[in-house]
Amino acid sequence: MDNLQAIMPMLIVTLAAAATMLAESFRLKDERMPLGGLGLIGLVGAAAASILLWNRNTTSFGVVQSDNFALFINFVLVAVGILTILLSSQVIDREELPAGEYYSLVLFSIAGMMLMAAATDLLLIFLALEVMSLAVYVLTGIRRTDAAGTEAAFKYFLLGAFSSAFFLYGVAFTYAIVHSTRLEAVALAVAGRSDVSGPLTWLAVGLLLVGFAFKVSAVPFHMWTPDAYEGAPTVVTGFMSTGVKAAAFAAFVRVFLSSFEPLRGEWVTVLSWIAVATMVVGTVVGVAQSNVKRMLAYSSIAHAGYLLVGIIAGNASGKSAILFYLLAYALTNVGAFGVTALLATRERPRGDLADFAGLWHSRPVMAALMTIFLLSLGGFPPTAGFVAKWYVFGAAVQEQLYGLAIIGVLTSVVSVFYYLRIVVLMYMTDSRAEYEPPRLTATGLATLGVAAATVFYLGVLPARVIELATRSIDTIF
Amino acid sequence: MTPITPAHYLVLSAALFSIGLIGVLVRRNLIVIFMSIELMLNAVNINLVAFSQQWQHVVGQVFALFVVAVAAAEAAIGLGIILAFYRNKETVNVDEITLMRW
Repeated sequence: MDNLQAIMPMLIVTLAAAATMLAESFRLKDERMPLGGLGLIGLVGAAAASILLWNRNTTSFGVVQSDNFALFINFVLVAVGILTILLSSQVIDREELPAGEYYSLVLFSIAGMMLMAAATDLLLIFLALEVMSLAVYVLTGIRRTDAAGTEAAFKYFLLGAFSSAFFLYGVAFTYAIVHSTRLEAVALAVAGRSDVSGPLTWLAVGLLLVGFAFKVSAVPFHMWTPDAYEGAPTVVTGFMSTGVKAAAFAAFVRVFLSSFEPLRGEWVTVLSWIAVATMVVGTVVGVAQSNVKRMLAYSSIAHAGYLLVGIIAGNASGKSAILFYLLAYALTNVGAFGVTALLATRERPRGDLADFAGLWHSRPVMAALMTIFLLSLGGFPPTAGFVAKWYVFGAAVQEQLYGLAIIGVLTSVVSVFYYLRIVVLMYMTDSRAEYEPPRLTATGLATLGVAAATVFYLGVLPARVIELATRSIDTIF
Repeated sequence: MTPITPAHYLVLSAALFSIGLIGVLVRRNLIVIFMSIELMLNAVNINLVAFSQQWQHVVGQVFALFVVAVAAAEAAIGLGIILAFYRNKETVNVDEITLMRW
């Protein structure tokens, strides 16, 4: 039984997913079942398990390590999952999505994400990555009759499978050099031997880097992001832009900052260029978008760039900044996509920029919530986004990476332009008569309100969460 | 006859991986692109098994089995998505995926 402790959070989420699937299959036609509630129970259970495991640093089967780092990511994922499920019920009714499949896929992918953050073996990281990705591919295309949705799912699937192949090839080379896939064995071998920096090592590190860069949508491996984000149902976009990113960054940090840390000299230059390209492309191309989901997709590319700056800094404050950033970004982005999702109607599902025109006059609460999320994405004080960026760039400055920090700040300033464009559109133009945005339901209001309040809380009183994040990184090294 | 060394396996798997990679980049039929990705995964398997053999170490073979299983799951989902796509667009040609452009 000892062995099961560390996998308890994933186990609970997986059981909830299986229960949801079973409940759906026993559901009579037209019978309504609170399937989302099952998911919520599972997620709360996973959070409780994570709290109990805090500071215990348990290991299961030698390959799943529930250290504080993984548990912190678990909390982020639980938050993302709960917000997503609460926002989904309305969307599921509106678009007649298959509820049982939807919720169980969300839960299965969360289980995969949690496993990915806790795995300390490259084989397990790969399996977790696939559990997560396969579920998300299906979620992207869950509107089967929608041409854009299936197209998005297809592009996402193809490029995702393509990147998995790169990742796997990198793992195979790592295995060839190290004779093991355990991360601690990799770290030992890489640190202790001088003969490891041959072409095989270059290949291994390079291919793993490409695999991770695809998953976190870093330039030049970002092509799938805007299409997948635009075509997917908007709540799913919010889910995958935050959950997938958090899990991928967790594994990225574990592999590159603990195992391949001794080879830092070889990958840090490449990663710096990737980070610069990611920040610049995400910002500049984002300015040109006329669709809110596409714009937020480019914004999420730019945010991946800021997170990469934290990895490049690589010091203690950089690592804790990544954790804080992931939390802040998750709440903000789920919120922004949530508002967009609840604003959509059957006739206008795509989230055109024009749909936001005059929103302040027709739906002031929604406009206010959207403003909070957009300001946080742009990094205005006193929101979570500001503190997160402050810490990431601060970590870069500590390591004398002035160039990266300056580019980061400059691109943030430019990105404010496209966030504020929506704000201006909402407050300063007249609403268009032919488009009546739907009313906010009580659940939607409560969910988004809590998310917005947390964004403010993290912006005004970040100290406690920062301290948690700082304590979370002690255990991975 | 020269004995087969790990280098031979490495070259074979690199060749297979490259064929798959080029296939993904130049072919226009969704199914063929998908087959090329499978080719890349199998190139990885050759690599894993070859090194497993060389180090007399079972981890690589176990890994290869997992890769085969995951590839099967991926095929199921991929073909499902291709089918859904075909029902909407009546085509499996990449050049006609034009609904969303950057």
